[in-house]
Amino acid sequence: MNKWNLVIDIAKCHDCNNCFLACKDEYCENDFPPYSAAQPRHGHRWIDILRKERGQHPRVDVSYLPLPCMHCDEADCIKAAEGEAVYKRDDGIVIIDPLKAKGQKGVVDSCPYGVIWWNEELDVPQKCTFCAHLLDEGWQAPRCVQACPTGAMEFLHVEDAEMQRIVHSEELEVWHPEYGLEPRVYYKKLYRYTRWFISGSVALKDVDECAEGAKVTLKNGSGGVLITALTNNYGDFRFDALEAKSGQYRLEVDYPGYQQRELRVDLENSIDVGTIFL
Amino acid sequence: MSHIEKLTNGTTGGPVFVYVKDGRIIRVTPMDFDESDAPSWVINARGKKFSPPRKTTLSPYSFAWRSMIYSPTRLLHPLKRVDFDPDGKRNHTRRGESGYERISWDEAADIVTSEIKRIKREYGPAAILSTPGSHHLWGHVGYRHSAYFRFMNLMGYTSAEHNPDSWEGWHWGGMHQWGFSHRLGIPEQYDLLEDALKNTEMIVFWSADPETTSGIYSAFESTCRRQWLKELGVKMIFIDPFYNHTAGMFADKWFAPRPGTDNAMACAIAYVWITENLYDQEYIKARSVGFETWKDYILGVEDGIPKTPEWAEKESTIPAREIKALAREWGSKKTMLAAGGLGGWGGACRAATGGQWARLMISLAAMQGLGKPGSNIWSTTQGAPHNSDFVFPGYAEGGISGDVDNSAAGYRWVYRMQLRPTRSSINSPMGQHIPRLKIPECILDGKYEWRGKGFCGQSIEAQLHKYKYPADGYPEIQMYYRYGGSFIGTMNETNRYIKAYQTERLPFVVNQSIWFEGEARFADIILPACTNFERWDISEFAGCLGYIPDSTCQVNHRVISFQKKCIEPLGESKSDYDIFALLAERLGFYDAFTEGGLTELDWVKRMFDASDLPQHISWDDFFEKGYFVVPMPDDYKSTPALRWFAEDRKRDTPDWGPHPESQEEFGKGLQTTSGLIEFESSSLKKFDPEDEERPVFPKYIPSWEGHHTTPLYSKYPLQLISPHPRFSFHTMGDAKGSWLNEVKDHRVLKEDGYYYWIIRINSQDAEQRGIQEGDLVKVFNDRGVVICAAQVTQRLPPGTVHSYESCADYDPLGKPGESADRGGCINILTPSRYITQNSSGQAPNSCLVEVEKKER
Repeated sequence: MNKWNLVIDIAKCHDCNNCFLACKDEYCENDFPPYSAAQPRHGHRWIDILRKERGQHPRVDVSYLPLPCMHCDEADCIKAAEGEAVYKRDDGIVIIDPLKAKGQKGVVDSCPYGVIWWNEELDVPQKCTFCAHLLDEGWQAPRCVQACPTGAMEFLHVEDAEMQRIVHSEELEVWHPEYGLEPRVYYKKLYRYTRWFISGSVALKDVDECAEGAKVTLKNGSGGVLITALTNNYGDFRFDALEAKSGQYRLEVDYPGYQQRELRVDLENSIDVGTIFL
Repeated sequence: MSHIEKLTNGTTGGPVFVYVKDGRIIRVTPMDFDESDAPSWVINARGKKFSPPRKTTLSPYSFAWRSMIYSPTRLLHPLKRVDFDPDGKRNHTRRGESGYERISWDEAADIVTSEIKRIKREYGPAAILSTPGSHHLWGHVGYRHSAYFRFMNLMGYTSAEHNPDSWEGWHWGGMHQWGFSHRLGIPEQYDLLEDALKNTEMIVFWSADPETTSGIYSAFESTCRRQWLKELGVKMIFIDPFYNHTAGMFADKWFAPRPGTDNAMACAIAYVWITENLYDQEYIKARSVGFETWKDYILGVEDGIPKTPEWAEKESTIPAREIKALAREWGSKKTMLAAGGLGGWGGACRAATGGQWARLMISLAAMQGLGKPGSNIWSTTQGAPHNSDFVFPGYAEGGISGDVDNSAAGYRWVYRMQLRPTRSSINSPMGQHIPRLKIPECILDGKYEWRGKGFCGQSIEAQLHKYKYPADGYPEIQMYYRYGGSFIGTMNETNRYIKAYQTERLPFVVNQSIWFEGEARFADIILPACTNFERWDISEFAGCLGYIPDSTCQVNHRVISFQKKCIEPLGESKSDYDIFALLAERLGFYDAFTEGGLTELDWVKRMFDASDLPQHISWDDFFEKGYFVVPMPDDYKSTPALRWFAEDRKRDTPDWGPHPESQEEFGKGLQTTSGLIEFESSSLKKFDPEDEERPVFPKYIPSWEGHHTTPLYSKYPLQLISPHPRFSFHTMGDAKGSWLNEVKDHRVLKEDGYYYWIIRINSQDAEQRGIQEGDLVKVFNDRGVVICAAQVTQRLPPGTVHSYESCADYDPLGKPGESADRGGCINILTPSRYITQNSSGQAPNSCLVEVEKKER
């Protein structure tokens, strides 16, 4: 049977917060029994937006990771809850029953993603429901997806096998796969958030010109060639999607008529090596 | 189960569906179109078809409306300052410090109207000063140009004139190079989307962040268009001291010049083009005047300083080799210059260097054949295919005021509405005025002189006209009828405004406001207004028009929405129209104001009838459905902006101006005396050829507050830029218990439970000052102190800090006007000095500050 899945494209999110605010609009001071009790006016982030800057001025990028409930198929919160207070629907959505879950603060702590929030006033754990109350009325997507103006969010109602095919063909990833909870939220271009880059610029010192077409070779610490790139008309290059904290790298820069330069980089974070003058 | 109604309304950030249950708004969403709505346009370009999604987009602040309607700071009753007695002690100096007591509407209306009568009797109506904020809710009946002007013009008042805050440099500079006074100096943008999709190879976004500023009022309608251009391989370059949010999504290259030095960079680009023959010499020869003399300035013949990339590097910090690489790429690719976020505008124009920047942008675009296929000034936000023949007014057409002096009512709308124009002799060019940026000087010093009434769109020369306060024979101000509370957040060096409130020179202050915030806290009487969700109105998505003719070419579908009264006004609040009617009754002009008792809904119907809507939809159907999508004509023909000028043809675009009087042959050439792009400005030459601050030719003139202004720079070594905000619309959406406060990049919640305004600071600058992410800091200079939360970032070069303008609230830690503000009114720190002596615009982006960690 068809189940719901959310796909978020990191490259298309620029932190406009429409998803976050539409979620506030839907749930603050609004009760939707039996799906959810009202979200408090302030404090909760049923869809949180995480920020990551990479590199250094003037070669930077900034990515955002919208983080709703993952609606895991192997959800820890379901196991942690007593009296079936948290349950999974046939369509894949995980719901915290606002009545049965009363007083169960342990549900909040059970989630390694940190997407369950404690409502102090109502004494109940709360989270994103994929707007199940709207889907059951015939809506095709939750409020966050409807509100997204950049096309960064896609809501898919497909069979699990079909979803796995999409995951494979579109190179989707899940956030923290090591948790092993089989989330139903997938990310596109997640490397922009989780992986690092080495960038820089190449210039010709004697003529003070950008070195367009310089060959930059990225080697691993022991000198094995990983990838080569040509600089653009500003002399800029970037090697992206490197594994975080992956240690020692070497950069070799070649340009006809100039002596080769080599740099060593210890990847402690995404780094812009600045201008390499030949 | 109770019934949920799905109604319609409009906001500054887009039209909305509003869900109402049991007299309470429960949901506000963008609109999805159905099959009965008009089809979307399709553009064929480079073998692909481009057509927008069948829905509207919505700005972040519009999603927060429900929290603003049901806000803890909503004013629900008329209030009187406890120590204000109109018949006894007024305690003027206690304004902003003493509390309020609830009074009835009768009492409030009696006090306000008896003060109006007393002042009229003793001084005359011009002793009443009034002004609203710029972005007064949404809806053409209730808008400030409409109900507010109608009431004020009948009562009589001195208007605090708005400076063209988004246009500044284009208005005071650009207009002298190419006219467009009817657009306040910014260009037409018709059909440039199709032109770009077909022809453009590169876009240079210079001081432009459309993902943040949305053109104006047009939400994220243009986002999909930038995505299309990117998919086609159009390269996107960003020049902005801040790695802005459009750059974050689209930049192929980012240049961050030191604030105020963009003009040095622009001169150096021209230098490369001239010395390497990378510009359109034929176009320059045929379509401009004065280039050869300006060329001498660029090459250094005039002043001995060639404007080389090496020279510009010293000013801007951008490496000379990169300026050369940019100039060469630009000179060899068909390029759109997205100067500012609308096609014009941009933070760079709101600076001491703003007038020269706008002129240099026009100069660079001209050198690349401005108006030829793929080459123009275009910011991606306007220029979608557009039905300009379908008449529905913009708010700037005056709505129900028929104010032909201060709105665009005279263009067509006053006749269509069959209105008797409301005019005030005081609120006409020969009456009395005060520039809103100088309200404090006028009140405290009792005199002020300046040039240009405010928005000066009548002609190129209008801005040169000299004004003085008090005008001859007119009285000094005795009463301030303020609408809203924004100025402490939006004007400059704003502790001045607090001093102007706390003086006996201002005997009476009334504030009509929705929320208890900002300046509302300085009033003697507060009149509680309601939002546009609590009254009837009608409007169009991004429909301002007036000085932005066909502003609706920003959106992908023209959407006219019927703004239904979704709920009753909260508490005792009233619609602005009803408040004005109540006062008009006591002042004897109720019949004139309401035209014999018309309600807001009556006016909405009259506006519907006066538009082209009845040709397409009945009133009953419009009332029921709540919106209408304007169809495109079957035989739509694209007329790209300024193509006619490049090809020396008669203008074929649907633009409204310029006025025929200003042209040799109407419709042929630009509005300048020569009809051409004037590197040598004939209007400035006629006015004052010796004006060194605003020379006849565009030049690089270092900022009067910047890296050259030692010793100030050694005391305050950080240059502050304060662009228009990302999440709020000016003050709309900020503070007042709004959900926007929860947005991590808008405010930061600290341990004391307070949501602090953000200042962004480069990591090196932060480290030198021992500042870490989220720390509370003091941002200060000689003008004041603002407490902010630090965001430590690499989105800025060292030496530049960034904080959006337009905090809605003012929250002094001690005596108002003299103590640190923790509300976040960054404009307390920006200079009140005009751009130049004769350019009466604001320059907030020329500002030096220091930042230090706030110790407990």
